[in-house]
Amino acid sequence: MKSQNLTKSAKPMKIYIPTPLRQYAAKQDAVVVHASTVGDALSKLTSTHPDLKRHLYTDDGKLRAFVNLYLNDEDVRYLSDKENTSVKEGDHLSIIPSIAGGIATIDSGRN
Amino acid sequence: MLKMSQFEYDAIRRHGEETYPHECCGVLLGTLDGQTRAVTKTVRCGNTRSDSPHNRYHIAPQELVRVQRQAREAGLEIVGFYHSHPDHPARWSQTDLAEAHWIGCSYVITSVERGQAKITNSFELAGETEENKHFEDEAVNVAEVAIANESTQ
Repeated sequence: MKSQNLTKSAKPMKIYIPTPLRQYAAKQDAVVVHASTVGDALSKLTSTHPDLKRHLYTDDGKLRAFVNLYLNDEDVRYLSDKENTSVKEGDHLSIIPSIAGGIATIDSGRN
Repeated sequence: MLKMSQFEYDAIRRHGEETYPHECCGVLLGTLDGQTRAVTKTVRCGNTRSDSPHNRYHIAPQELVRVQRQAREAGLEIVGFYHSHPDHPARWSQTDLAEAHWIGCSYVITSVERGQAKITNSFELAGETEENKHFEDEAVNVAEVAIANESTQ
């Protein structure tokens, strides 16, 4: 049997990369990884593309607050097992930085 | 530079008038060619900041997931976002900068005075990281004709 560098439960899944982070992922809009959980998928992603790490995580290793993760159509924050949620073949993970703002507390800007 | 058709430009401004006195928000889909972002489609989004919609906006991430899928299927990319400033100048605020995270994308702001869209400006979120990101003024080139979707040609 051919040897594979994969854990037995690792499944191929696609991670969609948002426009601003593609430059740190070899300009790809999606990366396929073999992973068993959401956290494992992110770990595989950042080990393959280490420059992504500082854009996704703070210096103390926490996912940046503005980075949203969606497993298929589910917000990972609201899944019972969060990043320990198991993934299955064909799942996809979307990395979506938040979009917000507004005129409250104005103190700068240019025309 | 940001390029878009008169149709899409008008759609952004009209959205701000329709939601006045609340802020509107949406996504710009198109193509990226060097430093030029060409908008071929604008997508209206809901403002989830029901607690303070007159001076804050937020797009639900689930809606962004849907828009990103829509873009992918159309061979387009998310190249920017837009929102309105009711009764306030079309310039970015500290809140806009603090909550902007799509580096390399355009952030279009329309001032809406007493329900009428006035000035529309665009700012590119420049820099490399959260720590050195900043807005730069960006020219908006409005074309009479629709911007071609180069990815499908």
